[in-house]
Amino acid sequence: MEVIKIVGTDDTPSVTLDVANEIFEVSGRSLPEDVASFYEPILDWLERYSDEAAAKTVFNFKLVYFNTASSKMLLDILLKLEEMYESGKDVLIRWHFPEDDEDMEEAGEEYADIVEVPFEQISYAMD
Amino acid sequence: MAGNGADIKEFLEFVYGFYRSMNEHKVQLAYEGEITHQITKAFTSLTETTMELEEESHSTQKKVFHVMVECLQNVGKHAEVIDPNEIRKDGKGIFLLCKNEGEYTITTGNILNKTRTHEMTEVLEKVNSLDKEGLKQLYKQQIKEGRLSNKGGAGLGFIDIAKKTGNKLFYNFLPIDDEFSFFVLTSKISR
Repeated sequence: MEVIKIVGTDDTPSVTLDVANEIFEVSGRSLPEDVASFYEPILDWLERYSDEAAAKTVFNFKLVYFNTASSKMLLDILLKLEEMYESGKDVLIRWHFPEDDEDMEEAGEEYADIVEVPFEQISYAMD
Repeated sequence: MAGNGADIKEFLEFVYGFYRSMNEHKVQLAYEGEITHQITKAFTSLTETTMELEEESHSTQKKVFHVMVECLQNVGKHAEVIDPNEIRKDGKGIFLLCKNEGEYTITTGNILNKTRTHEMTEVLEKVNSLDKEGLKQLYKQQIKEGRLSNKGGAGLGFIDIAKKTGNKLFYNFLPIDDEFSFFVLTSKISR
């Protein structure tokens, strides 16, 4: 599958979807002007990937900020991963949050409540 | 502005009065016009820089950023565009950021069709009636069941603001004419 590598800006996240190197990650800030068109290629990619998923898919979210419109699209990504998990694939979500950011930690907890998929919360120190 | 002296004098007095009002209400940023994505980015970035210089706590900075984005996007996406010849698509409105001793207030005002007053009031009252746990539940329900509108809204803005600030939303619909109201929304972020 083709590699998706989007470099983040001050309003769009960095996205890497790279099967060969086993990197699946969304990080940074997300408040795109048009959320649907930003996330569409990512969701399409995941849809195609789900049929030929690697032995284990570890998907990392390392966001520092996302707006409510993006939160809906992030759930769509998680729902795709949930589908994969339900169809027997090995999937793990890693939700990274800055150690002093309760809101981002809580956002992870809420997603973990909504989707039925192995979900790890990981705090990290901001430099 | 006509070139006669009386008009200019009146205008200059207006400017001074405006300046005093802004000071009195501790207005840090005021804007009236179209709320585009560029405006949202510029205002949030400017405010972040100011808060960083003023050594505002990180948690307050994040909350102010969050609420500003949701409020500005609400106006940009939902304000009524009255002019039938209006070609640009973003909504217009007023935006105010005030910094008081114990809190920031973020206020938006925009024109809305009166037909929307009822449902908006219901949503706002519902949000204001809930505690932290209730807001979490409502958020989860809405994110699961809600669809992204054609304007890119997720119907989560008010819930998110209440959840992040821990404060009630203050609002009013002021009558303009038979068809339209001016919707004012104020959110408070404790410092």
